[in-house]
Amino acid sequence: MVNSVSSQDNLVSVRNLTFSRGSKKIFDDISLDFQRGKITAIMGPSGTGKTTLLKLIGGQLFPDHGSVFVDGKNVHQLRRAELYDLRKRLGMLFQSGALLTDMTVFDNVAFPLREHTHLPESMIRTLVLMKLQAVGLRGAKDLMPNELSGGMSRRVALARAIALDPMMILYDEPFTGQDPISMGVLVHLIKSLNNILGLTSIIVSHDVHDTSAIADYIYVLSEGKIVGQGTPEQIQQSDSEWVKQFMTGAADGPVHFHYPSKDYVDDLLSIGKRY
Amino acid sequence: MIRFIQNLGKSTRISFTKLGRASYFLIQIISGIASVLVRPRLLLNQLYSVGVLSFLIITISGLFVGMVLGLQGYYTLSDFGAEETLGVMVAASLVRELGPVVSALLFAGRAGSALTAEIGLMKATEQLSGMEMMAVDPVKRIITPRFLAGFISMPLLAGLFSAVGIIGGEMIGSGLLGVDEGAYWSQMQAGIDFYDDIINGVIKSVVFGFVTSWIALFEGYDAIPTSEGVSRATTRTVVNSAFSILGLDFILTALMFGDN
Amino acid sequence: MQHTTTQDTLVGLFVASGIVGLFFLAMHVSNLSSFSDQDSYVITARFENSGGLKVKSPVSAAGVKIGKVTSISFDPKTYESVVQLNIDAKYNTLPDDTTASIFTAGLLGEQYVNLEPGGSEEYLKSNGKIEITQSAIILEKAIGQFLFKSAEEKK
Repeated sequence: MVNSVSSQDNLVSVRNLTFSRGSKKIFDDISLDFQRGKITAIMGPSGTGKTTLLKLIGGQLFPDHGSVFVDGKNVHQLRRAELYDLRKRLGMLFQSGALLTDMTVFDNVAFPLREHTHLPESMIRTLVLMKLQAVGLRGAKDLMPNELSGGMSRRVALARAIALDPMMILYDEPFTGQDPISMGVLVHLIKSLNNILGLTSIIVSHDVHDTSAIADYIYVLSEGKIVGQGTPEQIQQSDSEWVKQFMTGAADGPVHFHYPSKDYVDDLLSIGKRY
Repeated sequence: MIRFIQNLGKSTRISFTKLGRASYFLIQIISGIASVLVRPRLLLNQLYSVGVLSFLIITISGLFVGMVLGLQGYYTLSDFGAEETLGVMVAASLVRELGPVVSALLFAGRAGSALTAEIGLMKATEQLSGMEMMAVDPVKRIITPRFLAGFISMPLLAGLFSAVGIIGGEMIGSGLLGVDEGAYWSQMQAGIDFYDDIINGVIKSVVFGFVTSWIALFEGYDAIPTSEGVSRATTRTVVNSAFSILGLDFILTALMFGDN
Repeated sequence: MQHTTTQDTLVGLFVASGIVGLFFLAMHVSNLSSFSDQDSYVITARFENSGGLKVKSPVSAAGVKIGKVTSISFDPKTYESVVQLNIDAKYNTLPDDTTASIFTAGLLGEQYVNLEPGGSEEYLKSNGKIEITQSAIILEKAIGQFLFKSAEEKK
């Protein structure tokens, strides 16, 4: 196991990570680095455990082997209070937004401020309005989460994620199920927030086009292994069959169209037989 | 046969691990109590949704149960010429048994299932893990206030249920069937003991409130985070609460009223 | 803000009504209001046989409940039953030649202590003793005596 602290410009480094769920290995001895101030994307087909990786980085799950360093600290060796202190400096954007359904948009964004700071209500109001303005939803502050569209609730969740001015934001499938306009808005927001606030971003996605438009570095995962990595240009020109198939979305390739089965003709002829 | 033994072993193992998780969960809940008491607003909100919203069903059911007891008690007692003791009969059955038990069952159906569904949905929509990632402990912030609210509401609701029921029994007994009103109350006061009956009834309802809230919150927290998982958990809450309430009632009754 | 104040009010009403309900049970339904141990005094009565008398059985005079039995014990020297009665302090004018008897309320009812005031000028004091007692009527004994008597008469 590598125990050395990650180098200066890597905010997060994952070393020899193995994680399994039941008997299925989700990650098999992978190592990744996430550079400070950059947008790093993790791509791969559904079910490769990309969300699991974010939860491992956030310390919500424990790996079987290996370690995760965030800002020089081994996440899984921190005591609870230290882990919570670390999490205050992380923002996470969940796929569903994960807004608290019994509060207004305003209260949702104010939630981390009220929980972790003792700021006066007037200052909280100013901060919340600033964050909502940044995502363009200041006018929606009195709506309830169930009155928002999917894209809007993700933007509110983003405002909430930046409420405590974190050093890093983890995005879980930010583009899934969005119409082209909301998608464009989100892509723009992620890019500009990263540049203006000097954040580090990790995006988990299977949306090839939009993710490669904003990512500085891409890891492609499949079946617990890293099958490709590099800048978007390098990935586009990758000579790995697998990466090619993923990037172009071809129906057949190293990932087969057919679920593993026995021979087609045999299967057809065996109708009527009991087996 | 070996298969059967195997299945038995497996289900024993599963129920033990579940019990273990539930106990650990309870410890987490209780360790959060201090942090909730510092912020009474959280508790107040939950007292509203757990207590106030159960108020109507509890009082109306209490009234009807009391009225039925009045009717049935009158018919049975008048066969022995003992209608005068209707008050004791109604009050004893309500204060000792029906008040705590029926109000706890109604509470499990009304508030318990709502709690499970709410927590389960919060889990399914990632609100709980979202909170964890915001460095807010969901057990302290979400679960403990609800637990305390259930724990506090239950004896109040059971007391209301019994009080309303006794008045309902009086309405039927002396209002409709002509039992002497003075006899109804004086016989009741002579027959019901403050410590043996009232306090024991309150202890029962405190225990039921504790267990029902614990079950409801645990099932929600432990639910499989899908819509099917949440609906199953809700059913389990009602079934398990009912079993626990009735089983515990037997044990508590045996302990409390045994040596008399 | 409007929302939270109505919520506060409703929660307040709920808690208040719950407490009123419990208070009602305590004061109006149970025996707590009719009798409490603080303002009472103790007298002792010795019975040859206290029958089915129990702790907490009522003590009454002229049909009105004035106290309760607090303990029943057996005196191994005199072979008597020693019954302690707690009498409400309001009723402090019982003469010291009061008679205590154990009666049964109705044919199958509970047994209770009945106090029959005598004519003395002196009142019973706290920790006083009742000298004249009449034991419980044991139903089996009474029936036995009755049968025995009627058999004798027939002879």
